[in-house]
Amino acid sequence: MFEKVLKKREFTLFVLLVFLIVIISLRSPRFLNIANFRDILDDTALLAMVAMGQFMVILIAGIDLSVGAEVALAGMSVALLHQYHPEIPIFAIVLLSILIGFSLGSFNGILVSLLGIPPIIVTLGTMGIYRGFVFVVSGGTWVSAHEMSDAFKNLPRGGFLGVSNLLFRAGREIYGVGGNEIASQYVGINLKKIKYLPFMLTGSICGLVGLLWVARYASAQSDTALGFNLQTIAACVVGGVSIFGGSGTTLGVLLGVLLLGVINNALTQINISPFWQMGLQGLIILVAVIINTIMERRTQELIIRRRNL
Amino acid sequence: MEQCLVEVRGIKKYFPGIKALDGVDFKIRAGEVHALIGENGAGKSTLVKLLTGVYQPTDGKILLRGKEVGFASPHTSQRAGIAAIHQEVTVFPELTVIENVFMGHHIKKPMGLIDWGQMREKTGALLEKLEVDIDPDARVKNLSVAERHLVEIIKALSFDVDVVIMDEPTSALSLEEVKDLYQIIRQLKKEGKAVIFISHKLDEVYEIADYFTVLRDGKYIGEGLVKEAGVDKIVAMMVGRSLSQIFPKVDVEQGPTIFRVKNLSKTGLFKDITFELHEGEILGFFGLVGSGRSEVMQVIFGIDQLSEGEIFINGEKVLIRNPTEALDKGLSYIPEDRQQQGAILKMNIRENVTLPIVNELSHARKFLNKKGELKVTQEYGSRLDIKASSWEQLVETLSGGNQQKVVLAKWLATKPKILILDEPTKGIDVPTKAAVHKFMGELAKQRLGMIMISSELPEILGMSDNIVVMHEGCIAARFTREEASAEKIIKAATGHI
Amino acid sequence: MKSTKTMSIWHILMQWEVILFFMLVVVIVVNSSLSPYFLDLNNILRTTFNFTEKAIIVLPMMFIIICADIDISVAGIIALSSCFMGLASQHLGAGTPALIFIGLLTGLSVGILNGFIITKIGIPAIAVTLAGLFLFRGIAYVILGDMAVTTYPESFAYLGQGCIGNTRIPFQLVLFIILAIIFGIVLHKTTYGRKLFAIGNNSTAARFSGINVDRIRFFNFALIGLLSGLASVLLTSRIGSTRPNIASGWELEIITIVVLGGVYIFGGTGSILGVVISILMVGLMRFGMGLINVPGLVMNIAMGFLLIIAILLPGSLRELQSKILTKQQQQ
Repeated sequence: MFEKVLKKREFTLFVLLVFLIVIISLRSPRFLNIANFRDILDDTALLAMVAMGQFMVILIAGIDLSVGAEVALAGMSVALLHQYHPEIPIFAIVLLSILIGFSLGSFNGILVSLLGIPPIIVTLGTMGIYRGFVFVVSGGTWVSAHEMSDAFKNLPRGGFLGVSNLLFRAGREIYGVGGNEIASQYVGINLKKIKYLPFMLTGSICGLVGLLWVARYASAQSDTALGFNLQTIAACVVGGVSIFGGSGTTLGVLLGVLLLGVINNALTQINISPFWQMGLQGLIILVAVIINTIMERRTQELIIRRRNL
Repeated sequence: MEQCLVEVRGIKKYFPGIKALDGVDFKIRAGEVHALIGENGAGKSTLVKLLTGVYQPTDGKILLRGKEVGFASPHTSQRAGIAAIHQEVTVFPELTVIENVFMGHHIKKPMGLIDWGQMREKTGALLEKLEVDIDPDARVKNLSVAERHLVEIIKALSFDVDVVIMDEPTSALSLEEVKDLYQIIRQLKKEGKAVIFISHKLDEVYEIADYFTVLRDGKYIGEGLVKEAGVDKIVAMMVGRSLSQIFPKVDVEQGPTIFRVKNLSKTGLFKDITFELHEGEILGFFGLVGSGRSEVMQVIFGIDQLSEGEIFINGEKVLIRNPTEALDKGLSYIPEDRQQQGAILKMNIRENVTLPIVNELSHARKFLNKKGELKVTQEYGSRLDIKASSWEQLVETLSGGNQQKVVLAKWLATKPKILILDEPTKGIDVPTKAAVHKFMGELAKQRLGMIMISSELPEILGMSDNIVVMHEGCIAARFTREEASAEKIIKAATGHI
Repeated sequence: MKSTKTMSIWHILMQWEVILFFMLVVVIVVNSSLSPYFLDLNNILRTTFNFTEKAIIVLPMMFIIICADIDISVAGIIALSSCFMGLASQHLGAGTPALIFIGLLTGLSVGILNGFIITKIGIPAIAVTLAGLFLFRGIAYVILGDMAVTTYPESFAYLGQGCIGNTRIPFQLVLFIILAIIFGIVLHKTTYGRKLFAIGNNSTAARFSGINVDRIRFFNFALIGLLSGLASVLLTSRIGSTRPNIASGWELEIITIVVLGGVYIFGGTGSILGVVISILMVGLMRFGMGLINVPGLVMNIAMGFLLIIAILLPGSLRELQSKILTKQQQQ
């Protein structure tokens, strides 16, 4: 039983995480303190939530390139609303934010599930559309700190929204559709519903995150969350989610997010310029995907060898 | 007469270009094991998909206990008490056995959460009942083909069903496992369930079925009690004409050895394959699914690489690293899956037929030569009697038989000396089958050497000069035409020699 | 066997091009009514400067998508290529020929890298090129920070800004026309083109038919890398400077144009005619929107919608034809 745990990818990730923390602390002792860790957790909390959504989309063998834009549009919209109507109660703002995200995500979901357009194309398109709308809605201006009430800025820092795929039937069916679509049909899974859900949920999550982001950083701009697309995909891939769909775990994604968060934070600590972030993340995805593929192939070969011929 | 559980009347199912079912009647009663018989392509699998709600009929009625019903989705048919074990492998490789069994109908606790405990219990109980030793938490991708099949059976049984449909359930099982399957079927019968058993293997039908219905070319042909009918009668219904008309074996004098393979191995797939092929010979390769026959041929043709062994063409040792090199040496391979591997459905006949030789036909090996292509297509298309309105017709609009002819034409146009045919008549209507066999005879007269992989005993016995039987990656036995018998071949193929 | 209406690939394409052509006409009519400057030939020629670089990448992207692959990293390749040219010019004082060489070489090398990882290691193109987009642009960011390079030799400017002789016809445009003709011939009249369609339709059957699928796919990625390098040379020459964020978001538009041109996103069909009309249409749309001062980000909204419609229409057309075929059968 213990061996099973050892072989699991999540364990490797955990070890890697600990290893990284140790190395970085040795190099830069400022790293290892509570305030810093809280910062890391705060930074990554938002990413983790969106990554959960992306995780579900990747599970059905899709990809969502519009997450950053959804966050930005939802965030900008409610920020503006708050700016011009500060009398609207905060909880209404929260609901509204989620609702906006829900609609954006549903648009994606309907295009994918009912019209059968490949997710990459839909979200490539909506990425442009939603980002464009951020500009339209704001008229090119920013909403900055002094235009937000204190209540707005002090919204509780979100904890993780670990959607537990283990518990709900729809969650398992998402794995099914990603793993073998034809078989899912034979078994009677409602393909349309299952292809719609991940996008709708992701959208809703992004709606909430949009609000939290704007509240946390006390500003809303048209390039908010620009890197989210890449970061969420990177977190999933590093966390062991197969780009082909059908496999991956929530825990893995969380560890992936943490790993990326630690790396990012560490880079700042060691005074490496933020310009490295983009390139490094691209490299990480590439390496992670290559490692994933090679490992998969090895395991398959081992199984074939096991048939002792 | 027991009550009729499920009845199908005048069922039709059309697809673009194909009439899969064209007027079928079928009845099944409780406690009955009913065999649905027909050659490949007769429409059996389509009927199953209609009964399980995967497809909807183009015309006709389905009646459940006398009342007309429609199965809009697999869910509806499952709730109506019908479950099926399909012919294709429909597992979720990354998920565990438990998940595979319950995908689509997870057991839920009151709040909508999944009840893992109960699902695990039920899976365990089913595994025990069937005396199968598989770890319920194992990932299905790590199981063997036969084990995956057993998971499929358990999946079907996990529903509360009155009717269990098994579509060619024994194709991947050993003799032992087949016996176990019969036990399960008898058990289901005792419980008052109905079993629809689909097969084209008559020995199985005789062993286990009470009643039979025969389909041919999508139409209902006849039915009856298994005990009363004679083999010949059933075969005649299946096939539509006598056996000797379908397998017109011509005796050709064999020439020297043109192809030889020695100790060919590929780790994990097959080992120590050695055989020879002579001019004018048809060498039959028989074996169960998973025995490694196609894998051997694909290595020979250069699609995959060998781990060990040698290949000789006309006495000379050769190295074949890809299909182009194989073609250069006069070796062609007609793949098993004509839609996935053999033909490109959305291209037309001319483009398909000339694909392997498109470079040779072109101007300066670069510019397409439509005239030259038409000429070649005309030559081989008419030799094989391909029925189409023009050579520009898309292959996907042709019938299965004509599609296979296009694939044949394509490889014949490469003027091979050695031709490997992998299940050349699978899923084709009977007249085309006969035509293909006749053509093979002609090729033999033209001094080609042919290797024919087939899973159909009559075909292997009827067409081969020599027979090689494979079992789990090794050669289990060899027979000459005179020595061979159905029983000997089956025994070797299931590992009993 | 009785034949139904001959539904060759030609048939489907022909219909799509007709629709496309009408869309082009609509674009021209709408835009000329919105602005009197639209139908001026000089203006149009001048606007091609803004568009030709993208158009050049559309051509090899067509090959890639027909083979059922995709390359999202092209904008990153442009950035990296421009970055190296900038370095060479600023720190090594390289002359124009050397700069051209460096630009092309960078593009080609990156394309080869992509091709290698995708075909030899076997990672899906979507993952590799998505990572590549950020990796390549990221490297440009690392090298340049947020500075720009503006020192380029005078002669360099001709490539992106110059015209042929005394006419107003841009050099870039002529380059594009030549390339379009070459690509068109290769796609429809050579064995290479036939193989592309075969691979996109059914790569397994293509492999079984003796086509070296991996080699052709590899070559496609190298080619698009090279042409991205070329586009980078032209772009850098035109704006006279290098910044790490150039060509931001170009991949969206390039893929949109290809798909709008009738190339099925899953591969297997497409025509040069459709793609060229599509280039014209999108280019004129941008020109028209620019004339009435629509901001860039808003144009992206239109692009996004266009992409989605571009996928929907051909698909619905195909379904319709399929339904007609089945109905005909039942009679």
